Amino acid sequence: MKFTSLLASAAVALGLATGAVAEDKTKVGFVFVGPVGDGGWTYEHNKGRLAVEEEFGDKVETVFVESVPEGPDAERVMTQMALEGADLIFTTSFGYMDPTINVAKKFPDVKFEHATGYKTADNVSVYSARFYEGRAVQGHIAGKMTKSNTIGYIGSYPIPEVIRGINSAYIHAKKVNPDVEFKIVWAYTWFDPAKEADAASVLIEQGADVILQHTDSTAPQAAAQEAGNVITFGQASDMSEYAPMPRVSSIIDNWAPYYIARTQAVMDGSWETVNTWDGIAQGMVEIGEISDAVPADVKEEALAMKAAMADGSYHAFTGPLKKQDGSDWLAEGETADDGTLAGMNFYVEGLEGEIPQ
Amino acid sequence: MDLSEINPVLLVASLMVAATPLLLAAIGELVVEKAGVLNLGVEGMMIVGAISGFAISVETGSPWLGFIAAAIGGAVLSLLFVLLTQFALANQVASGLALTLFGLGFSALMGQSYVGVKPPSMGEIHIPIISDIPVIGPVLFQHDPILYLGIALTAAVWAVLKYTRVGLILRAVGENHDAAHALGYKVIKIRIMAILFGGACAGLGGAYISLIRVPQWTEGMTAGVGWIALALVVFASWKPWRALLGAYLFGGITVLQLNLQAAGVAIPVEYLAMSPYIITILVLVILSADKSSAPASLGRIFHASH
Repeated sequence: MKFTSLLASAAVALGLATGAVAEDKTKVGFVFVGPVGDGGWTYEHNKGRLAVEEEFGDKVETVFVESVPEGPDAERVMTQMALEGADLIFTTSFGYMDPTINVAKKFPDVKFEHATGYKTADNVSVYSARFYEGRAVQGHIAGKMTKSNTIGYIGSYPIPEVIRGINSAYIHAKKVNPDVEFKIVWAYTWFDPAKEADAASVLIEQGADVILQHTDSTAPQAAAQEAGNVITFGQASDMSEYAPMPRVSSIIDNWAPYYIARTQAVMDGSWETVNTWDGIAQGMVEIGEISDAVPADVKEEALAMKAAMADGSYHAFTGPLKKQDGSDWLAEGETADDGTLAGMNFYVEGLEGEIPQ
Repeated sequence: MDLSEINPVLLVASLMVAATPLLLAAIGELVVEKAGVLNLGVEGMMIVGAISGFAISVETGSPWLGFIAAAIGGAVLSLLFVLLTQFALANQVASGLALTLFGLGFSALMGQSYVGVKPPSMGEIHIPIISDIPVIGPVLFQHDPILYLGIALTAAVWAVLKYTRVGLILRAVGENHDAAHALGYKVIKIRIMAILFGGACAGLGGAYISLIRVPQWTEGMTAGVGWIALALVVFASWKPWRALLGAYLFGGITVLQLNLQAAGVAIPVEYLAMSPYIITILVLVILSADKSSAPASLGRIFHASH
């Protein structure tokens, strides 16, 4: 009896203590899938976190845990953050989707934001960027610049986000170079520099002279640099340390404005569940500087395409397009709807191989 | 599908590269465990070796100095494990885990200014005539020196453990530290030497990733190789040649499955992706049917008063 009452009072004291802290400061938590120094995906999310700190100064406290595996361990990390008084938690990888929903159920007063997923709840928003717009630009440059007509693609996991990227890059490479062929390798990891480098080397050995990556580290860039005469694109971050060759351009994820806006919403009490999917137009997807290794006319075309996507006059998935099995998908001039894109689980016509299920 | 796109010569050459970090770390840990110490800090020592080697070779421009620094870096980190387990008599499992966590964090700190830097290249040994033999040349005689060092170390460890007095004493300490102590052997001293050797090997393995296999520095870049090395030692039944076989199988199938994927072979990718783990475990488990068992004192704390 005594012991339980002791526990109870300790719990109350703890609750008061965290409550007191939470009143002056908004606590924002971040769960990262890789290390903040990966130079890619997590690096950019962490830049967003730092931007939140800079914007709000003393009014905000941020915490983060890096290299959290996608799975049950993620639930433990999120629960811990919520127990430590976080008001808002960003979970920044696709595989955190179910853990986020599970933990959010247990903490109705904590707001959760899950990146690149599609499950929402009263206290769970989702946000993602239209990376496929950037992939269209990459596909165009890749199709124009490849000499072997073989483009290597390092996929992470066969999820809609990655498949959209492959399709978008392929469509635009094919448009400017009908002979182009894609070789796709699934690494089944977001972050494993050695394996990513191996994958890049294998693709290069099999004739690819352009490497597109959808994994988080800069290792494929290093492998391409070692091989020479291979071009790459920065993924998630500018990766400008590998410019002008092999990295000829990049997709940069800019999360800072979103993170600041959502933190502000929690402070104002105006936070509500949203489903954000922004692209080049809103600035969430940026195209890194196209280096001098790219011929001037190709660069100009790429920038024109970027501008057309920004002002809405061009959609990366515009018909006529067929699915891999030859069935019709989009008619002439028709553009893909967000629902189909969000759940994309098919290759477009011309791509070889099957999507792992 | 087009299997002709896979160049078998390049394949074998790159599987040897993929296997070397694993082999170096596993051989080091094998010696440590043979001495009766379970050091779960392999991952931590590897990553510290990776950044020590990277930093020194960038600063001095010499990959050789880098590898020496990596070995020293790994060994210095393992000194922490020595202090905890051999003098403070702390639990080896907990200390090893702490070593890994510390190593990952510490290496990230050390590596801050080395992100995006290109290390000097070590180059390949080129022996006139032999290296130019078609097929055999590129497969066997056109690698970097550290790859050969890995194989040489395996042979040396095997020979020392099997044929020399030093090896016998090391094994005695690992099998029954009380008996070894009663015979007058310095159990603690021998174990410290073994742990330092393990640390140095892990450091070399880490530097092989950051200087040769990738080559760059990224936080957390060993990404679990240390854990695979630990598992490999157990599945190899604490036998050096089996560790070599396991490392080559694992590295080889990892590279092979990527090759098969790129060539568009009609095997579901899920099976290809899990194949390195499955096949390595399967082969080594079948080999270990001879009932070779772990060193009897593995993981037990020794104090002379017992």
